[in-house]
Amino acid sequence: MEYLLFIATDTDPEPGMTGPEGIEEWLEEGARRGIRKQGHRLRPVEDATTIRLRGGELMVTDGPFTESKEWIAGFDILEADNLDDVIDYASRHPMARAGRIEIRPFWPDEF
Amino acid sequence: MVADASRSDWGRIVGALIRFTGDWTLAEDATQDAFATALVRWPIDGIPNNPAAWLMTTARNRAIDRLRSATAEQRRAKEVSIMDSLQSGEEDIEDDRLRLIFTCCHPALALPARVALTLRTVAGLTVPEIAAAFLVPETTMAQRLVRARRKIEEAGIPFRVPPAELLGERLGGVLAVLYLVFNQGYSAIERTELTASALSLASAVVDLMPSENEARALLALLVLQNSRRAARVGPAGELFTLEEQDRSLWHRDEITRGLALVPSSGGNYALQAAVAACHASAATAADTDWNRIVGLYDQLLQLAASPVVELNRAIAVGMRDGPDAGLALLPTRGLDGYRWLPAAEADLLRRAGRIPEAAERLRETIALTPEGPERTDLVRRLAELES
Repeated sequence: MEYLLFIATDTDPEPGMTGPEGIEEWLEEGARRGIRKQGHRLRPVEDATTIRLRGGELMVTDGPFTESKEWIAGFDILEADNLDDVIDYASRHPMARAGRIEIRPFWPDEF
Repeated sequence: MVADASRSDWGRIVGALIRFTGDWTLAEDATQDAFATALVRWPIDGIPNNPAAWLMTTARNRAIDRLRSATAEQRRAKEVSIMDSLQSGEEDIEDDRLRLIFTCCHPALALPARVALTLRTVAGLTVPEIAAAFLVPETTMAQRLVRARRKIEEAGIPFRVPPAELLGERLGGVLAVLYLVFNQGYSAIERTELTASALSLASAVVDLMPSENEARALLALLVLQNSRRAARVGPAGELFTLEEQDRSLWHRDEITRGLALVPSSGGNYALQAAVAACHASAATAADTDWNRIVGLYDQLLQLAASPVVELNRAIAVGMRDGPDAGLALLPTRGLDGYRWLPAAEADLLRRAGRIPEAAERLRETIALTPEGPERTDLVRRLAELES
């Protein structure tokens, strides 16, 4: 199964953790096990642009789709047998301590 | 007979069918069909020699029928392989039941969903029974179950007993669900379908994982609490505290079983079971070893400090050293709206002879207690106090 990890910030991180320090080890494990397909850190929400098309009119606004104290700081795409394997690997991501991670399974392709 | 078989075999059959098919809804529907067939056939044909095997075979056949009834073009390669597995799959009965319990109690499911799924899928309670026990409409409970099964399938929650490195943490989750089910059933209006389910599932976990001390401890705790059920409620619906209960009504054989299960060391449940054992071993309320109970609460506080444990320790100290000592130790934070706090304070004040203050705390308790037998009993106690 494929899963998307939303790597998010959190207002209540583990003390001493400020960001993705030590991510190299996590990336190395993902590559070695073939569990991590791709992923990236994202520019801050100050650089986000949100668009909507309504009645043929395009509305372009500055900022993320929802204003919140927490924001998405990156993403990863994983391929794993089950949720436990994803939870296990994701729990070693430095942002599991500095922020929080939402795990979402992909909607399967229709065929 | 069918009802008896249902309680013990339901989870095994559902578990095996889930392992063969990966389809929770199909597994449950086919098992339901098999039990419905038994209700019709057994009174006519007689009870089969091996009812559990009969139910398993019938449920497998029903699952195959349901898959076949899908039209040819809907049937895919996946279903063909599921049918093969249903026809030839080995039964691994005890492990299937354990797999089922762990999957139903997976932490990625919300707690109410874990409880509902465990009662429906493992214990075989009906949706109306579960809905009534948790005071929610049947449609709400049915929806909760549908959503839980869907999440298991769609989020890829594995159907298995977790590997060793996860076992401790996940077993804790299973035990928490069983404890919650028991407590819900052991409230002022006893629901034996819940207490019996919790006891039976806790027994099953102990049989399947005999070296897990916390599982044994939880079973000990449930058995010891349940042994007092006949003494808890009086003829007019009065609710008796441990101190007031007629101990000759306690089930001695169950106490013997429970005491033998209490592990000599361990975690949270082992300590709680040891407290329950102190009460169960005291011939009269006055014989209770409060000193040992205070010591056990000290250990519980070290393990996992919480205002509820602090409250219980304060009560025990009050019983050992007198009410003033208990009053001084009552927690002052973290228990807003928790009715057992003013209730405990009222009891300590009553013991100290401070009746008007005790009545005031009891009125506070009543205000926090929903309508029902517990509240009726508190009103009775208030009237007694003020007379």
